[in-house]
Amino acid sequence: MKRIISLLMENEPGALSRVVGLFSQRGYNIETLTVAPTEDETLSRLTLTTIGNDHKIEQITKHLNRLVDVVKLVDLTEGSHIERELMMIKVRATGAQRAEVKRCVEIFRGQIIDVTASVYTIQLTGDSDKLDAFYHAVGDAAILEVVRSGVSGIARGEKVLGL
Amino acid sequence: MEKLSGGDILIKALADEGVDLIFGYPGGAALHIYDAIFRQKDVKHILVRHEQAATHAADGYARSTGRTGVVLVTSGPGATNAITGIATAYMDSIPMVVISGQVVSDKIGEDAFQETDMVGVSRPIVKHSFLVKDQRDIAETVKKAFYIASTGRPGPVVIDVPKDITNPVDKFDYYYPEKIKLRSYTPATKGHTGQIKKAVQQMLTARRPMIYAGGGVVQGNASAQLTKIAKMLNFPVTNTLMGLGAYPGTDAQFLGMLGMHGTVEANTAMHHADVILAVGARFDDRVTNTPNKFCPSAKIIHIDVDPASISKTVPADIPIVGPVDSVLDEMLELINATNERPDEKAIENWWKEINEWRNRYGILSTPRYDTTGEMLMPQEVIRTLFEVTKGDAFVCSDVGQHQMFSAQYYQFDKPRRWVNSGGLGTMGFGLPSAMGVQMAHRDAAVACVTGEGSIQMCIQELSTCLQYHLPVKIICVNNQALGMVKQWQDMQYDSRYSESLYEDSLPDFVKLMEAFGHVGMRVTKRDELKSKMEECFAMKDKCVFMDIYVDPKEHVYPMQVAPNGSMRDMWLSKTERT
Ligand SMILES: Cc1cc2nc3c(=O)[nH]c(=O)nc-3n(C[C@H](O)[C@H](O)[C@H](O)COP(=O)(O)OP(=O)(O)OC[C@H]3O[C@@H](n4cnc5c(N)ncnc54)[C@H](O)[C@@H]3O)c2cc1C
Ligand SMILES: Cc1ncc(C[n+]2csc(CCOP(=O)(O)OP(=O)(O)O)c2C)c(N)n1
Ligand SMILES: [Mg+2]
Repeated sequence: MKRIISLLMENEPGALSRVVGLFSQRGYNIETLTVAPTEDETLSRLTLTTIGNDHKIEQITKHLNRLVDVVKLVDLTEGSHIERELMMIKVRATGAQRAEVKRCVEIFRGQIIDVTASVYTIQLTGDSDKLDAFYHAVGDAAILEVVRSGVSGIARGEKVLGL
Repeated sequence: MEKLSGGDILIKALADEGVDLIFGYPGGAALHIYDAIFRQKDVKHILVRHEQAATHAADGYARSTGRTGVVLVTSGPGATNAITGIATAYMDSIPMVVISGQVVSDKIGEDAFQETDMVGVSRPIVKHSFLVKDQRDIAETVKKAFYIASTGRPGPVVIDVPKDITNPVDKFDYYYPEKIKLRSYTPATKGHTGQIKKAVQQMLTARRPMIYAGGGVVQGNASAQLTKIAKMLNFPVTNTLMGLGAYPGTDAQFLGMLGMHGTVEANTAMHHADVILAVGARFDDRVTNTPNKFCPSAKIIHIDVDPASISKTVPADIPIVGPVDSVLDEMLELINATNERPDEKAIENWWKEINEWRNRYGILSTPRYDTTGEMLMPQEVIRTLFEVTKGDAFVCSDVGQHQMFSAQYYQFDKPRRWVNSGGLGTMGFGLPSAMGVQMAHRDAAVACVTGEGSIQMCIQELSTCLQYHLPVKIICVNNQALGMVKQWQDMQYDSRYSESLYEDSLPDFVKLMEAFGHVGMRVTKRDELKSKMEECFAMKDKCVFMDIYVDPKEHVYPMQVAPNGSMRDMWLSKTERT
């Protein structure tokens, strides 16, 4: 099962490599990873998605918590949460395809953010499934380049990941 | 406020932390620090002959005293030579602070002379690490390092110090913080009271209880509490390799070690137990044998300060996260406060069963090694060591068959007397760790039990022993082979001894000892073993090497049947099984 783990860690050199190193060292997978400083500049927020059964996820969270740089951690998938990912995708758009691609973008509520005579660059946000769906809808043949940000997430309601 | 250079700040901070000894080896990037050492008297430095030995010596010091061991090495090769010892300490949760010199700050990343990314290289084998970037951070970093290394689940911490940070010219205010708080590091200081109550309830209804105690009880100084609980409830106790001494080895309630080379009675009792109190033990694969066959009918109570140790390989029914001493204290209070006791009849029957196993299979009650043959047996060597030292020596072991024989045949009544590398199994650990122990206990009998294979991995330290007058007694159980490897080759590879024999290339250890300025003895006969060993230990101020020739064919038994065996499935000899 896919899990989204989000954590606050000391905004210090080496902290990220400890998190990433833990995954390779213990044979866990990282599917996506995003990290950026927070409003409190001494802290970074890191969100990662990984796949594993309950036992594996429990081990992962325990080992992450054990890292001295990790201040706080939440498995967002345990409660209701919002998940977003940004995708930018460059597709070939010529002739009849131009209108077809444009319609597809509208259906998925994406935006065309750059245009040339033969190429559209499209931006799309949503959960990972939606991005996958768009990707399939446009069709392999047309796709020139894809860049995805990795998943960010936040809990719904009053729940806050803070100090 | 006094103003000091970075190098002086570093050493003064160590002194203020209470460090009396550091083990190390100098080199370019550490020279400012070494100069600071020269100009003071509080911290004594021990010059080893290889950085690996510095880490093992600091490790032995830590294991035998409970204090944090300290190491100082230079950058590059000095740092990488320390890696094996850091990994050894990490696997056995030993508190250690390793200070490594680093190239000057503005050369980092340029492949400068003797540059190694120490923080990067050591990352998977440290509890934490620091790269110091400013003289003003040194004192606080030292404080943090010792705090992290010695609290919670102990472990090694690296402080990497670029050379410019210790230069003698720039001076700064010195202040050593008395206390430190880290928002991201808060080890448990107490167990969950509800869980502890539940555990005690479970213990009081046990009919076939077992206490399985590990290195955490030694590290957490909780032997007294553990012994009290076992005595009050009349529960049988087994120790892991790392836990030996946590419960008195000569006590009747002690069943010996458990696991791969544990006793049949300990492993069989574990297998049939209905309640297991696991304390400071981590269900290692050398203990559990096949995990899904492990103790099928037991409710498992697991006390450990590190949540990641709990339910890692074997699920716990009642997990308790907390330090062993305080959790066991609370348990004792609860047991004292109630009249409830486990069913006396049931416990009596349980003991009857256990004693039957013990009488039938016990390695001490019914010795299985042959003492009628021409050659000495390794087991007799350890039994003789036990007798000659009256069970009261510090025993530092290397890795191999001799290590297992020591664990089986030397009964440790006190914690911190048995010093060995369990998790990593590092050959070469024995002699340097014995030096660290002897430095901390100048008048004690310190034995290094080793094999002719292991001893050669850090033999250069004989020179250190001379420099610091360390009268370590080296008991070399010489089976003329990498015995443990050869045993596995006998059992699994039809005795094809691929690279486990030396073909008459062993050095003359007696002459070697003389060359190093020590005393060497060779023993080959049964009737001279005891008297020579007494002679050896009577030389109180000499480092002595006893090269004891033993039967090269002997295997370590009992031994769990693997793969797919349960705890109680064991080989008793080359041909018999439980
Ligand atoms: C050749 C060879 C053969 C071996 N055969 C065996 C064998 O037959 N039997 C055997 O037992 N081992 C054997 N070992 C050793 C084995 O590999 C492990 O090192 C050992 O079993 C681990 O011991 P432990 O469970 O006590 O854990 P340790 O490694 O000692 O870990 C201690 C545990 O206690 C916790 N802890 C630490 N401090 C505290 C505290 N204050 N409060 C609470 N918890 C704390 C830690 O978090 C950790 O989980 C062998 C090793 C070698 C090299
Ligand atoms: C550094 C290192 N290399 C290899 C091993 C694998 N190993 C385990 S026991 C052993 C043989 C040890 O021989 P010796 O010291 O003579 O002890 P014996 O088993 O003969 O008592 C070896 C090679 C190890 N544990 N450590
Ligand atoms: Mg040998």
